[in-house]
Amino acid sequence: MNIIENFDLYAPRLVDKKEYLCSGHRACQGCGEVLGLRLMCKALGPDVVIANATGCMEIISSMYPSTAWEVPWIHVAFENAAAVGSGVEAGLKALRRKGKIADRDVKVVGVAGDGGTMDIGLQALSGAMERGHDMLFVCLDNEAYMNTGIQRSSGTPMGASTTTSPAGKVSSGQKTWKKNVPEIMVAHGVSYVATACPSYPLDFINKVKKAMKVKGPSYIHCFTVCPTGWRSPSEMTIKLGRLVVETGIFPLYEVEDGKYRMTVEVDQLRPIEDYMKPQGRYRHLTPDQIEIIQDRVYQEYNKLQDKINGLHAWSDLQYEWGLFD
Amino acid sequence: MAKRVGMEVAIAAAEAVGMCDIDVAAVYPITPQSHIAEHLSEIVADGRTDAEFVTVESEHSAISCVAGASGTGARVYTATSSQGLMLMHEILPIVSAMRLPVVMGIANRAVSGPLNILNDHSDIMPQRDNGWIAMFTENGQETVDLTIQSFKIAEHPDVMLPCCVNIDGFQLTHMVEPIEFPDQKLVNKFLPPRKPYATLHPDKPVSMGTFAMSDIFPEVMKAKDEALKNSKKIILGIWDEWEKMFGRRYRPVETYCADDADVILLTMGSMGETAEIGINELRKKGISAGLVKLRLWRPFPFEELKQAVKKAKILVVTDRAVSFGGPGGPVASEVRAALYGEKERPLIYNQIIGLGGRDMAVSDFVAMVEDAVKSGEKGIIKDYEFYGVRG
Amino acid sequence: MKKKKWPEAWHEVNPGCIVFAPANAREYHTGSWKAQRPIWDDSKCIKCGICYIFCPEGCVTQQEDGTFRADLDYCKGCGICAHECWPGAITMIEEG
Repeated sequence: MNIIENFDLYAPRLVDKKEYLCSGHRACQGCGEVLGLRLMCKALGPDVVIANATGCMEIISSMYPSTAWEVPWIHVAFENAAAVGSGVEAGLKALRRKGKIADRDVKVVGVAGDGGTMDIGLQALSGAMERGHDMLFVCLDNEAYMNTGIQRSSGTPMGASTTTSPAGKVSSGQKTWKKNVPEIMVAHGVSYVATACPSYPLDFINKVKKAMKVKGPSYIHCFTVCPTGWRSPSEMTIKLGRLVVETGIFPLYEVEDGKYRMTVEVDQLRPIEDYMKPQGRYRHLTPDQIEIIQDRVYQEYNKLQDKINGLHAWSDLQYEWGLFD
Repeated sequence: MAKRVGMEVAIAAAEAVGMCDIDVAAVYPITPQSHIAEHLSEIVADGRTDAEFVTVESEHSAISCVAGASGTGARVYTATSSQGLMLMHEILPIVSAMRLPVVMGIANRAVSGPLNILNDHSDIMPQRDNGWIAMFTENGQETVDLTIQSFKIAEHPDVMLPCCVNIDGFQLTHMVEPIEFPDQKLVNKFLPPRKPYATLHPDKPVSMGTFAMSDIFPEVMKAKDEALKNSKKIILGIWDEWEKMFGRRYRPVETYCADDADVILLTMGSMGETAEIGINELRKKGISAGLVKLRLWRPFPFEELKQAVKKAKILVVTDRAVSFGGPGGPVASEVRAALYGEKERPLIYNQIIGLGGRDMAVSDFVAMVEDAVKSGEKGIIKDYEFYGVRG
Repeated sequence: MKKKKWPEAWHEVNPGCIVFAPANAREYHTGSWKAQRPIWDDSKCIKCGICYIFCPEGCVTQQEDGTFRADLDYCKGCGICAHECWPGAITMIEEG
């Protein structure tokens, strides 16, 4: 074990001890998504307003008359977290400008699951990012509609069995490749886009802190393990998050003003079976099918490497959000 | 000083909003938007109102955006019509349940299909049960007055409910009318800054839009219903205050020659003015006719309506929308329900009129009343009719 | 007497169902969900804090001597801490 790894191991003690999402929330045992939320909140600190989409995280944290939230929080509906966040940002901006509230930076953070980000919420997200609100949007992607009963979304990976893409006698689960939303956000010209996973807590926390500093829109796509929906043992949550990165299925990278950088380097990609084996949702796949998925993983990983290597194509031009304010 | 000008009503609505020191507006130009949004953006662009004008990517996001902004304690406004209102539908009951005092101008227009864009009430009627205060304006002056009043009503600590001002699309929004604008200083006095019940700010963190299961959900619904019913009292008080300050009187139900009338016509929205002339003609013909105009649609003014029609033998209720496969028009359903428990109640004839912008002339109102009188004399009961439909 | 679960009557429902008491969900003890609980062998603990950072409940805290414990009022027994503990200082044992 080298020094860097040791540092990563001991550094958790340096993380903010304060919890902004309290114990007593009703997430399932071993929920990776609520861990993502907890770590995100630690990175954000107290000066935020969270706009949460309908979904697991909303349900488990806000059973009236109780709340697990230490920070101001609003939920309106499923598809509109980014639009509600836009409004919160606009409201705070106007009230500050007009001297109606204290003149202090308060970051607006939109939070949604894969359905609320990649499917039904994509339009509102696209609008909010295009308009350049000073807002961080975090997608907690557990690759299906878990709250409603494990239905497939556009975030569900090829071959995964869900309740609406079940493996059957003539079907092998999800028939489509996962939608690449981080890339869609890059195409919006969002000045900070990153992928993250709570299994790499410091990487995730650093990315949230970086996004916080951006004046304008930023986006983090956080991969979160769902033991209930994936039929994986609850204690494997962190391990699976590591495996998804080590197999190259979900590489951890960031895109700053169009410049790609891998934040967690993997020397030698592990075979994807290592990641798939502990999960019930992949149990039906044949070796041939796994091979097809493996080829695609290599292809996507190489595409990403090309983007990273193509750095020279980018100038140092910074996006200036709010130029015409 | 109050000033009197000739102005398009949609522009006037935007000017009225411009007098209310809003903080955030979010609008989307769905087919069809009115000039309210465009003119309001001009007012903001010229710095006459210091507000964030958010050009959202859909009506769904427009209402979501103002909901979020309202959560911060901001005074917010949005405007829409027809398909846009239908797209907002999902969020409307959430806004009222969250008790966010959003004010919305609605240029009422027909809902597709077929695509039409002209005036009727088929857009607002599906929103009836969403827990919003809903008012209808009859002319430009009412549009300006009710728009300003709406902020005060919606934000009142005993109300805290969203409020929509319904302005007949085209037939009102695109008309140039003489309008008296109140003095800005008096408006400021009438409408002080919003004092929110809760705000989204880290200084005092709150959770808004929480989750409720069956153990508390019915109680939450009852509380919302009570809040909406209770708002009528506050609305009446605010209208009294308006009358004292600006001289114009507003009541939930307006009457015209109705006190002694045997037959009463009931309208909602801009057709009231045409109907008034119809009543004059009927009176000239010796028919004891009167007019009742419904201004407040939610909370429904049961008592005021009962009072207004208690002496009539025949009541002709006009509707600008259809409850397909149901009891005819939604206004007539409400009126029937309101009067059902009365010992003496008029015969009710329901006429569905002016769908998709079909013109209604004075003679049409005269004919409707005469037809109802004849039917009443013969003892013919009709459920409802599509007035003037060919075939 | 059973503690009154506020609110009960409709007029006790506050406008908008807004919750003004941050993090009052702590009153709900999820510890009853667990079928197994983590036990620390402090002699093996290297005080790295992995168990603390990876706990989805946020219920693992550091004690004065630098070692860690889970608040069993909230621990749901997922087993992540035991699985991730690098020196193997945590074991899961059956409840009951």
